[in-house]
Amino acid sequence: MCLAIPGQIRELLPDDEMAVVDVMGVRRKISMQMLVDEPATEGDWVLIHVGFAMSKISDEDAREQLRVLEAMGDDADAQAEARGYAFGHAEDESGGPAS
Amino acid sequence: MTDFRDETIQLAHGSGGRATRRLIEGLFAPLLSNPALDAMGDAASLEVDRSRLAMTTDCFVVNPLSFPGGCIGSLAIHGTVNDLAVSGAEPVAITAGFVLEAGLASSVLRAQIEAMAGVARAIGVPVVAGDTKVVEHGKADGMYICTTGLGRVHERADLDPARVRPGDRVLVSGPIGDHGITILVARSEIDLETDLASDSRSVLAMTRALLDALGPGVKWMRDATRGGVATVLNELADAAGVGVAIDEPEIPVRDEVRGACELLGLDPLHVANEGQFVAVVSGEDADHALESVRSVPGGEQARLIGEITEAPARTVLGRSGYGSARVIDVLIGDPLPRIC
Amino acid sequence: MKYVDEFRNAELIKRTAEEIRRLADPDRRYRIMEICGGHTHAIFRFGLHQLLPKNIDLVHGPGCPVCVLPSARVDEGLEIARGNDLIFTAFGDMMRVPGSHGSPLEAKARGAEVRMVYSPLDALKLAQDNPDRRVMFFAIGFETTTPSTALTILRARERGVSNFLVHCNHIMVPPPIRAILDMPDMTLDAFIGPGHVSTVIGCEPYRFIAEAYGKPVVVSGFEPTDLMQSIAMILRQFRDGRCEVENQYARALPWDGNPAARRAMETVFEPRESFEWRGLGFIPGSGYRIREEFAAFDAEAVCEAPGVTTLPSDPRARCGDVLKGALKPSECELFGTECTPETPVGALMVSSEGACAAQFKYAHVTISA
Repeated sequence: MCLAIPGQIRELLPDDEMAVVDVMGVRRKISMQMLVDEPATEGDWVLIHVGFAMSKISDEDAREQLRVLEAMGDDADAQAEARGYAFGHAEDESGGPAS
Repeated sequence: MTDFRDETIQLAHGSGGRATRRLIEGLFAPLLSNPALDAMGDAASLEVDRSRLAMTTDCFVVNPLSFPGGCIGSLAIHGTVNDLAVSGAEPVAITAGFVLEAGLASSVLRAQIEAMAGVARAIGVPVVAGDTKVVEHGKADGMYICTTGLGRVHERADLDPARVRPGDRVLVSGPIGDHGITILVARSEIDLETDLASDSRSVLAMTRALLDALGPGVKWMRDATRGGVATVLNELADAAGVGVAIDEPEIPVRDEVRGACELLGLDPLHVANEGQFVAVVSGEDADHALESVRSVPGGEQARLIGEITEAPARTVLGRSGYGSARVIDVLIGDPLPRIC
Repeated sequence: MKYVDEFRNAELIKRTAEEIRRLADPDRRYRIMEICGGHTHAIFRFGLHQLLPKNIDLVHGPGCPVCVLPSARVDEGLEIARGNDLIFTAFGDMMRVPGSHGSPLEAKARGAEVRMVYSPLDALKLAQDNPDRRVMFFAIGFETTTPSTALTILRARERGVSNFLVHCNHIMVPPPIRAILDMPDMTLDAFIGPGHVSTVIGCEPYRFIAEAYGKPVVVSGFEPTDLMQSIAMILRQFRDGRCEVENQYARALPWDGNPAARRAMETVFEPRESFEWRGLGFIPGSGYRIREEFAAFDAEAVCEAPGVTTLPSDPRARCGDVLKGALKPSECELFGTECTPETPVGALMVSSEGACAAQFKYAHVTISA
């Protein structure tokens, strides 16, 4: 229902809690007001929806997901057993450093 | 018999999608029917004293009048030349009619006419006649241009959708969507910033190279303007009664166009181009066709993006590269950014 | 890492498809509802349903805000704008949504002042740039979008912008799911949860689906590998006899969502007693309205709504049955004949992510890829 897309923060603007983000070479000013609890900095990746940053993207969790996907099909049962398959519970909120 | 039943004309009737087709096929074509019109090409094919001529007409309405990579003046010449080029013709002459809004700055008009003149000179086609009308302030977006183009058909050209066969290949001349996204950004409603420029250009050198190299091996060409590549491929599928299967990973799209499309929920295949064409070439000539287009400056990024299939007929499929496919439909109305 | 292409990798998609085939029990059927219209769109765009075994059905849910918006609300919004000489602004999605007397786009073609915006902040800016006019933002969307409208209203108050109004049509995800689960002919086995809504509300609000109704939920991202992985995770819950809420989308979705966004939302909005959903009828507590404290920005409070006559919807359109998964779009008698994306009768044909439009666009041809 809601189109949201990752973009990288290029520049934090001093006024209005705004920032310039870059989505594959397209730039737009967006509001950072929803990230007041967990401020993002230049270079961070955020999820963008209707001109607002919704959440920070965790590079660590993204890589972890890719690792799980890559392991699929090889020895699916073993890796799933080891991993429990579900990552992302209350204790591991995303927000790790983005590269 | 006409079967156009829509009560009023809406913007969608001009956007190149189904509504446009309904208007053309339900009203214009039946009332004005004749063999040259009924072929429904980008240009009509006429025979005068045993010379094969191509004749086309086009109206240009664009807001803003100037944008990165072009303006309404250059667009008018390029668009007219491209309609002739994809009909296998060399342009001979162009005429232009101008609808001007009272209050338009003369300097703006001058810049547009200078752009027209520059582009026409570079292509080598004269603008041989013109007409001007001025309408009240508020009744036109600054200016509109209507053109007619006359061309002489390449002696080896034999373009006809009826010659398209399963096994033929589909070629696109370069990255798609630059023009439509540039205009969207230039309108500033969306407030995006890019380094993109319109692809507004003449494709004549490329179509000429293709016809010189392949002659009748080129079976069909279209410039992918309003409605984008998806729309012209659907027109092909309908006109030829074949299926078109394109390999989505092969479609050349610049990052910025992809980015804007991801952000705004658009499909690059529906975004307008003003300097790209799509051609169907016979399967055995496909590599040669690609080389000939790529050898022309500006054609380096041409790609073979798919093939003609028997089934499903009258349908364009996009193959994903991982065992699935989707139907690529014509655009319904204008492409509108979406948030959901 | 761009966080897009990596998750569209063909090789990884194939691996997830294999994993699903391995996990699916051939002796049973799985009816899985993707709640979110964005998921529906992605499933058709990437052809994911073709990669699934025959005994897995994806049922397209009610998560498309323009699809479930009743025509009465569209009528009212347009009429308020017309009757009070307001500039009507809305997202591009809204422009083609039919009211009883046409869509905003048709109103524009007839001369109404209708503008498309990408963000509610753009509507506010339009108001600031046109101090002698009043600008109304026709707000739609689920909890993903609601905080952005809330923050825009807060900013308008902070800046003392007095010519900015909002017509609030914001709705919530959990109530219609409960309504669907309570339907007697409900046959769903599991849910793919909406990843972007959850970036605001978090994953906790879905717990009742697993605990009270015994249906697994996996909250999912929107790329092909996300959706395929989520389906695999659901199948694994069935295989292991588990029933819980899991978060597949950890890279962008903290389990607890975004408390700051919820604070803004709760400051400005409160639940309505009831809100009408096209195809589902009135659902208690499923919509938001603007709190009295912010009434100066509430178009419904500030403006007279001149008598709007809303035409009854076509009784043959069976959007409700499609929404709850009891009917496939193509089984509706209007599908593809009177009801098409260009001339939508029912709401599900309106947006490209509506279940019917998606089916019409992408699935009316048998595909052998």
